[in-house]
Amino acid sequence: MNISWYIVLSALLFTIGAIGILVRRSPMVILLCLELMLNAGNLALVAFSREVGNAQGQVFALVVMVIAACEVVVGLGLIVAIFRRKLPLDVDDLRELRG
Amino acid sequence: MEAVLFFLAAIGATAGAIGVVALRNPFYAVLALIAHLFSLAVLFLLLTSAFIAAAQVVVYAGAVMVLYVFVVAYVGSAHEAKWDPVPGQRLFAGLLAFFLFVEISAAVLSSALKALGTHGPDVPAGFGDPAAIGTLLLEKFLVPFEASSILLLIAAVGAIVLAGKRKSQNAPGAGDGVMSSGHSAPQARPEGVTPAPASPGQPVGAPK
Repeated sequence: MNISWYIVLSALLFTIGAIGILVRRSPMVILLCLELMLNAGNLALVAFSREVGNAQGQVFALVVMVIAACEVVVGLGLIVAIFRRKLPLDVDDLRELRG
Repeated sequence: MEAVLFFLAAIGATAGAIGVVALRNPFYAVLALIAHLFSLAVLFLLLTSAFIAAAQVVVYAGAVMVLYVFVVAYVGSAHEAKWDPVPGQRLFAGLLAFFLFVEISAAVLSSALKALGTHGPDVPAGFGDPAAIGTLLLEKFLVPFEASSILLLIAAVGAIVLAGKRKSQNAPGAGDGVMSSGHSAPQARPEGVTPAPASPGQPVGAPK
């Protein structure tokens, strides 16, 4: 398979994740769509690493996975904190920072 | 054989991604994301990066998704309104995404990277296996490796601080339904805190 197939697939997955972030309103689903976009970036990194024939791009992909894990942990902590204060879990209702 | 595997995994990954975006129930969306991650692991194996594929399955589909499932079970599936608050939001989102896809694809495919149209160079047998990645991590990328470990620690502490109980703001029983018996008298609340409008015995995850 040509490397460009992987890159186009990565662009498609990134686009689907972007649609999800634009359309959905539950913060949990928005986090999931963010995972989709990060994974699309990972696929592009690994594909370019294979194209060059150098494994250093895979280390980049590993770092992206670490960042994604951190982002998920903090985001889910925020969601739990929002839920405990009985605020609506809807990004259109949570427009103000205070309160 | 490789083309068949690629297209199967690509269809699986795309279907999982569309499922994440389209499914109403967040629990099903998490399951679709797990299917998506497994398909991506197959793609990583096709790109001869065995360690990334293993880490994808173990860390992502194993650990992170379990965290998601726990939070979905705790918060409950919030019903999302089906209508758009902004008129035509879905149409504009679809248009923007379509142009984004076309633009990324055109930018990559018309670039001067000549090796994009090939399979990539022939790599030695140990390309992308744990030994190679470990050598890279501990020799060339040691500082980013340690920095990412510190970042993980900070994120864990931050999540505990964010999601932990606040004694000064939560009246007993207002935040969780466990400790609500016997402590929900109004005089037990600290000053300046209005009583929670919802009853303390409200089950977790009930629609508000």
